Amino acid sequence: MTLVKTKIGRRAFIRNSGLAGGGLVLGFSWLASCKDEAAVKATLAMPDEWFEINGFLKIGDNGVVTVMSPNPEIGQNVKTAMPMIVADELDTDWDNVIVEQAPLNTDIFTRQLAGGSQSIRQGWNGLRMAGATARTMLKEAAAAAWQVPVAEIITAAGVLSHEASGNSAGYGEMASAAAALEVPEEVKFKDIEEFTIIGTDRKNVDGKAIVTGKPLFGLDVQKEGMLIAMIVHPPAFGMTFKSADVESVKTMPGIKDAFPIVVYPEGAERQWSDGGAIPEMVAIVGENTWQCLQAKKSLKASWEAPDKLESTSDHESGLAELLAKAPEQPARRDGNPEKVFAGAAKVIESTYSAPYLAHNCMEPMNFYAHVTPDKAELLGPTQTPEFLENTLASVLEMPKEKIDIMMTRMGGGFGRRLYSTFAVEAAMISKKMQAPVKLVYTREDDMSQGTYRPSYMVKYRAALDEEGNLVAWHVRAAGTNDGRVFENRFPAGALDNFLAESHMMPTQVTTGAWRAPLSNFMAGAENAFLDEVAEAAGKDPIDFRLELFDRAINNPVGDPEKNDYDPVRYAGVLKLVREKANWDAGAPDGKGRGVSAYYCHNSYVAQVLDLQMEGNEPRIDKVWCAVDCGIVINPLSARNQIEGGIVDGIGHVTYSALTFQNGKPEQTNFDRYRLIRHAEAPKEIETFFVDNGIDPTGLGEPSLPPISGALANAMYQATGTRYYHQPFVGSQQDRRILG
Amino acid sequence: MARFNLNINGTQREVEADPSTPLLWVLRDHLKLVGTKYGCGIAVCGSCNVHLNGTVVRSCSLPVSTVGNQEITTIEGLSENGDHPVQKAWLEEDVPQCGYCQPGQIMTAAALLKQNPNPSDTDIEMAMNGNICRCGTYVRIKKAVKRAAENQSEA
Repeated sequence: MTLVKTKIGRRAFIRNSGLAGGGLVLGFSWLASCKDEAAVKATLAMPDEWFEINGFLKIGDNGVVTVMSPNPEIGQNVKTAMPMIVADELDTDWDNVIVEQAPLNTDIFTRQLAGGSQSIRQGWNGLRMAGATARTMLKEAAAAAWQVPVAEIITAAGVLSHEASGNSAGYGEMASAAAALEVPEEVKFKDIEEFTIIGTDRKNVDGKAIVTGKPLFGLDVQKEGMLIAMIVHPPAFGMTFKSADVESVKTMPGIKDAFPIVVYPEGAERQWSDGGAIPEMVAIVGENTWQCLQAKKSLKASWEAPDKLESTSDHESGLAELLAKAPEQPARRDGNPEKVFAGAAKVIESTYSAPYLAHNCMEPMNFYAHVTPDKAELLGPTQTPEFLENTLASVLEMPKEKIDIMMTRMGGGFGRRLYSTFAVEAAMISKKMQAPVKLVYTREDDMSQGTYRPSYMVKYRAALDEEGNLVAWHVRAAGTNDGRVFENRFPAGALDNFLAESHMMPTQVTTGAWRAPLSNFMAGAENAFLDEVAEAAGKDPIDFRLELFDRAINNPVGDPEKNDYDPVRYAGVLKLVREKANWDAGAPDGKGRGVSAYYCHNSYVAQVLDLQMEGNEPRIDKVWCAVDCGIVINPLSARNQIEGGIVDGIGHVTYSALTFQNGKPEQTNFDRYRLIRHAEAPKEIETFFVDNGIDPTGLGEPSLPPISGALANAMYQATGTRYYHQPFVGSQQDRRILG
Repeated sequence: MARFNLNINGTQREVEADPSTPLLWVLRDHLKLVGTKYGCGIAVCGSCNVHLNGTVVRSCSLPVSTVGNQEITTIEGLSENGDHPVQKAWLEEDVPQCGYCQPGQIMTAAALLKQNPNPSDTDIEMAMNGNICRCGTYVRIKKAVKRAAENQSEA
């Protein structure tokens, strides 16, 4: 056991106890629509009384435990994984646990945010603390009741027992007394070997509600007196609102009102989560969705346009121009790369590019808001409730104490819902209407008013000496609104002569985080280039990488602390996937095989992919994936994340692109924006986890970035053609007719 | 506005709506049956799939005036207790990630298995190809459809 200082704050505990009526929970203030108690009651007997031990959990008099899941659920399955950690340290039976989504509560929870694959990594200690604290308090309550030393009491599966006296009691019996105790100053964490829930396959806690179509999502919210709201935003990036004939739509059936609305008043504070915000637009409010859609369609609006509106050709030529020149300062420079390149026996140079991508969450952006002079109640899909609260306080000019934010389950996030400007729009429309509204984006709104994955271009150069050794590396990257290059990632630290440079091209098109920001492009480009360099050097692509890792392990270049990866773990996943895929045997006849490895979001991933070509499209037989994310909380859903990231990565790099003509997105729905479908997914994906007992890191993103490299390398093996520009297959012209 | 008598999940439901209203919005807004999802509104993503006389249709593009008294089944009516073989298989394989597209996927799979109780991999791919899953759960969906077929044949 590990002894740790308790960090569950006194203030949070007292405030929460007060709310709960001195330990006895009379009912949480969470908005009732997000509970699924009816479904739960069918399978688990409900207690007569609940006792709140801390903000994370309450225990019923019958031993049933409710664990609050603090972070937003976007499909990454933290709603199952985070409570598993609490329940394990509490030492209860998982079958006795009910999970509820927690609302935004900064007094109890920290970092209620879904992003960067950080929920598990950053939540790990706090979640353990919540469970361990409760278990300690239950033990103390039992020790007092039985008049025995607390150290002699043991717990297992929700039962306290004392061997010498023969006493035993379920958690429910001691919950009332435990809830009245002081929070202990320090608690003991379990050792890894003592885990009974962590590391075991546990099904999605919302699974039954999902497959039976229960109202879980923001778009499903129904409230008394609720109106539907829609917006009409500028049709092109760079345009702003001028005027609209709102009078003509006000008389349409079911329409309550239509008006131009300033969503971000002058002087309102904006923060990063307001990225992509459109300050002024037209709102249409009506009784139901179809009526609003008709009014939206018929609204005549005019827009101010700047002298120049951007098109994809502008972005492409702008990025190419930047790549042709060196920036003023490199991001990192080791040794003397210029000199080594000048004297190299061979220089390999390749340029890679990728288009803008839309997030395309299957559930379009939406939010419920009810704003009155005294209170703002918001309910819906946001990855950043805490930031949203700050913005709302500013635009509504309302203290944060009067703003309640509750997260619904989200129909995908992928970074789009980090920027909850749609929730701000809903709040401002509700305020104007003095009525509860649910703002609904159409698919077209969603795709054409995005915070897109930037468009990128990167040039790699490698210098080989006479013996085919890699002696210098040069990467120069350029992105629209993104000027980063990850200069301290591999192969930095493995080469004496290394140069990383980057440029940013400012654009009118709004961009933001999209699943594994920047890594989603750089990983594939880098791994495709490594493959090309290994070939030029006459080396096996895995051996070639392992030699570089050996250098980074044994004699790293630069300050090893600065290098943003652990070469031992990096090489570890490559070796594991080599063995599992039987790499050394080579691809079966007629098939192409490629390898890729990447480290991002604190987890290590290596992949091998086998495919055959059908015309110009890859048909993927199998992907082997080795992952090092430390302790795996829930292997069943961890594999699901890995599989999803692989399919998502293959899909976007093969088929998807968002292009612009005079500021207007040319794809606004799935008829022209191609997403991967069933028949195009790999036939099989097999995942292998490294078992090393290291504290866990996240999985929402890490499997996506490298797969495009494995795909490009396998397509090269099958066709003899290198794939440099995404999407590899792309355009809609050759897509198959869909049923 | 007009009155429509609809046969939904075995029950007669009366609604008053504009005749052009797609069945999707009648289900979601008028009848509060929100298990059927809005994804694209143009019949290409499959999130809104329901059964019309046992056949899969895109409810987002089906005006309510064309439905008449044909039998409509939504995800809420696929089984009484959420125990349709397809729903059970979905849980056994732990398919969902975000879960939003899954009612549409399940309705498509249920119709497929009714028509073809023992589908091949290609049959599954072709039948399911009109349903987009943005989370990329396709590999598990295929496993779940196969498992549902097995469960059905054992039952």
